[in-house]
Amino acid sequence: MTPTPPGSIVAGVLAPHPPHLVYAENPPQNEPRAECGWEELRWGYERLRRSLSRKPHEVLVVHSPHWKTHQGTHVLALPAFSGLSVDPVFPNLFRYRYDLRVDVPLAEAVIEEGRKSGLQMTAMTNPDFRVDYGTIISCHMVNPSWDKPIVVLSSSTSYHHFSNEVGEAEMLALGAATRAAVARLGRRAVLLASNSLSHRHFTEEPALPEDMANEHVYHHGQYLWDMRVLDLMRKGLTRQLIDEMPDFIEQAVSECKEGSLTWLIGAMGFPTVPAEVHAYGSVIGTGNAVVEWDLGGEA
Amino acid sequence: MSAALGLVVPALPHVLLVPERNPHWAALRRGYAEAAAQIEQSGADLLVLYSTRWPSVIGHQIQADPEPVWTHVDQDWHALGSISYRLRMDAAFAQAYQQAATARGLHARTVAYQGFPIDTGSIVALSLLNPGNRLPATIVSCNMYADRAETLVLGKAARDAVEAGGRKAVFVAVTALSNRVHPRPVPDAQDHISSLQDDEWNRKFLEILGEGRLEDVAQLARTFTVQAHADSKMKAIWWLAAAMGQDNAYAATVHAYGPLQGTGAAVVSLRRADRAAADHEFDEEDVERFVGDRKVLSAAGGGGR
Repeated sequence: MTPTPPGSIVAGVLAPHPPHLVYAENPPQNEPRAECGWEELRWGYERLRRSLSRKPHEVLVVHSPHWKTHQGTHVLALPAFSGLSVDPVFPNLFRYRYDLRVDVPLAEAVIEEGRKSGLQMTAMTNPDFRVDYGTIISCHMVNPSWDKPIVVLSSSTSYHHFSNEVGEAEMLALGAATRAAVARLGRRAVLLASNSLSHRHFTEEPALPEDMANEHVYHHGQYLWDMRVLDLMRKGLTRQLIDEMPDFIEQAVSECKEGSLTWLIGAMGFPTVPAEVHAYGSVIGTGNAVVEWDLGGEA
Repeated sequence: MSAALGLVVPALPHVLLVPERNPHWAALRRGYAEAAAQIEQSGADLLVLYSTRWPSVIGHQIQADPEPVWTHVDQDWHALGSISYRLRMDAAFAQAYQQAATARGLHARTVAYQGFPIDTGSIVALSLLNPGNRLPATIVSCNMYADRAETLVLGKAARDAVEAGGRKAVFVAVTALSNRVHPRPVPDAQDHISSLQDDEWNRKFLEILGEGRLEDVAQLARTFTVQAHADSKMKAIWWLAAAMGQDNAYAATVHAYGPLQGTGAAVVSLRRADRAAADHEFDEEDVERFVGDRKVLSAAGGGGR
């Protein structure tokens, strides 16, 4: 197969960010240590990494639910960020030293293309800014060597401020702007939507967080919705998925309400290629899937 | 009485970093200064904060790092600059609060980790209310799934811990009133409440609260939430009312009210008064102990963990 030409999206990935996954991997950057846990999802990420290693690409572009911004989309726009990320919800699991590079020209191009579409776009240029843990976790699980620069997009709160439909329209436009920026700069990019599917958590944690005897989906209705969404992905029915997204968001308390998956599908131009579901599993009751859309980039 | 003072204060960083850019922000800053002076006069020896800007999932988290140090940047308002802080937390009280919460059936834990991301609202409030870290403090999170019953119990647990320790506390609710942030930038000097309806509801809320009727506004919280897009269902007000004693016997001062990026921001202080401003029957049920979500999603009663 011919590698994807420059200026295109090599693959799109649903890359959820539960801190439990990095915790269970025990990388040197993360201070807490785990015995094991959430293998199905972690092994799914392994399969994803093997697949992406066959697809030449230069940059990861991530849309993160855990950088929430009220006035449109913000984009990291300095060349490098480093520091300590402590998860405010699971500080017992995630205290991670990060050191990452940003593809600033691509970040600026996304801002420009977004503004052309009428979106509110802001460059984030404060050097003291702490990069959100959703970004770090998804990027670590996809590329633990951190040998590629990233572009990070915040999640606008339009879904919360107006409605799911307004948020969806905005995210599809942001996706198209991202695609245009990738094309204009001639990058080969992998795009990451850093969100879970169903997103109702348990509010208690076992004494040993990685005790898998306690792990299961929060309730069956949530699981059924996750399976329906994954089925649509596997059949290449992304337009139907977007049509049903507002209901999925409401009925499964889905983290898709932060816009990442819709941005991804918009950026990929509603792909009809069947998606590869590398894994599905629950983390503290939420439904998570590692899913790849191969857009024809194998070397 | 364990509550020396109750406060409602806003969370956004403009009041701390750039109050000069808008007369309402400057007024809120002066309101913060008046509240700080009241704390000093109150004889309090502890600040207990509930911040809607610290969401939690696993029960209720209580800050117990004795000296959190960091340079903080708000995820929205990063262009305003960085906030370097060194705070003073009462780790022993945090433990006592956790135990009191557990005794009332809540899932609660303390957190004490270097670099823990203390939220903007808590940093703003502690910077302006407690200059020089004169008093030790603690902060409790806002559980995203908790509703009124759980939040009331969390407030009562705070009061339990204060009384058991013989402390004299200032209870601080860090919260907006209406919480619609402008979806597009508005020039600083032209900041305004997002909608007339939000503004009217904020003013009605403050009119009642200004009469010292804390429990009345706590009872009004659900309606206010629906009508005015409230901050986190007004959980901070539920918590404050429960911690202060669930009545209307306060001498209240509305120090300032105005817009903060479209949200309704107010600084209000509540001191114990001899008699109640109103004596109403309350519609909402009172709760002493939290018994969980009652497994309503499971027909067999065994759902959840």
